[in-house]
Amino acid sequence: MDRAATAEKIAALIAPFNKKDIAVTDATSFAGDLEFDSLTVMDFVAAIEDEFDIIISMNAQAEIETYGQLVDAVVKLQG
Amino acid sequence: MTDLFSKFDPMIQMRADLLATGVTDPFGLVMEKVISPTVAICNGRETILLGTYNYMGQTFDPDVIAAGKKALDDFGSGTTGSRVLNGTYSPHRDVEEALKEFYGMDHAMVFSTGYQANLGIISTIAGKGDYIVLDIDSHASIWDGCKMGDAEVVPFKHNDIEAMEKRLRRIPEGAGKLVVLEGVYSMLGDIAPLKDMIAIARKYGAMVLVDEAHSMGFIGPNGRGVAEEQGCLDDVDFVIGTFSKSVGTVGGFCVSNHPKFEIMRLVCRPYVFTASLPPSVVATAATSVRKLMHAADKRAHLWENSRTLHKGLRDSGFQLGTDEPQSAIISVIMPDLERGAMMWEALLHEGLYVNLARPPATPANMTLLRCSLCALHTADQVQTIIGMFQRAGKTAGIL
Ligand SMILES: Cc1ncc(COP(=O)(O)O)c(C=O)c1O
Repeated sequence: MDRAATAEKIAALIAPFNKKDIAVTDATSFAGDLEFDSLTVMDFVAAIEDEFDIIISMNAQAEIETYGQLVDAVVKLQG
Repeated sequence: MTDLFSKFDPMIQMRADLLATGVTDPFGLVMEKVISPTVAICNGRETILLGTYNYMGQTFDPDVIAAGKKALDDFGSGTTGSRVLNGTYSPHRDVEEALKEFYGMDHAMVFSTGYQANLGIISTIAGKGDYIVLDIDSHASIWDGCKMGDAEVVPFKHNDIEAMEKRLRRIPEGAGKLVVLEGVYSMLGDIAPLKDMIAIARKYGAMVLVDEAHSMGFIGPNGRGVAEEQGCLDDVDFVIGTFSKSVGTVGGFCVSNHPKFEIMRLVCRPYVFTASLPPSVVATAATSVRKLMHAADKRAHLWENSRTLHKGLRDSGFQLGTDEPQSAIISVIMPDLERGAMMWEALLHEGLYVNLARPPATPANMTLLRCSLCALHTADQVQTIIGMFQRAGKTAGIL
């Protein structure tokens, strides 16, 4: 799957967690802008993992702060 | 200069707000005198202890105390050294023998605490390129063990067998895998479906570590824990345990049948680079562990207490962590931290001590009053406790 298609799918998965309807760009941060707490992160990561059938380990999560970084990571993890 | 402490400001504020409501500091309790495993004097008041994890009430057992006193006389107050240098005395070896007998396993390694046992074993056996798959509600010592090592860390939703399997399935071919589970989860007092989870872990070629800190001594036909109860202990590679709960002193351990297990004594840094336990402590532990092998009556009474308290609190209208009593922990769910702290204080005024647990240590950011029963609580004490909860619940506006 290319970056655009991956980005689109991830955007759709963010929607239910985007309580304040923040406009999402590559620079949007999960903790700062979307205000994800640790419980939300867990559910959201599980949703992404299931959608793409990948593992995003805690080690990998630690490197991901923004939507753009997540899209890049998922593209890479899909190999 | 950046004040390195500014990161704690939200926590400092939360504490200040809580104390400003006038409640007694729930994290500053001092026991002035301990009368028995179930009663102490706190703030000059006789208080029933219902939050100590002293499940089997071994702390005042005369044989246990005598063994400690003798070791103190014979071996002195401390070892002043690491287990691998000058810190292994015969009582250290003896307590490891007692653990091997207790679990029927080939190897036992004693650490200075259970925290260090998890820290050491997990960080050492799972290395770079390996994967640790663990329950999201794991104890802090398990998380810290993961953090200290170099493995990839993959959590799954609490007790969710399918979520665990999905993650195991996605791990790259050929990578080493360690599944980390607990028998009893201490926040809600619920147990894990170990039999099913371990069967799946095996299917994917993972090694399995189970922390049985809150089950030792009273769950399973021989008190070996939830894995024994569910008939899957033979499929557990590493059992982690502690002396700080049912055994009634301090210390931690790992038991295993792995043929190469003994190498851990040389490569596990939280074992090597710290002083060993005082001889009196390991002597009390050895005596206590051996007595726990023949404690069927105590076990039966502890279960009786757990069932009575669970039913009493549920019938009184409290919301509990489990629908049925699954362990010796009965967790009472509070609406929020403020009312949780009020309830905790009201109970203390009644003469009852329970554990207040609050976020972030709790699942789903709950505030909990955790009650841990003791085999030495009398049936009368349990009835008294239920009455105290009912009165305090009204005072705090929870019932
Ligand atoms: C599940 C679990 N593992 C390990 C530990 C650590 O035990 P210790 O008190 O011996 O450090 C605890 C104790 O709080 C625990 O609850």
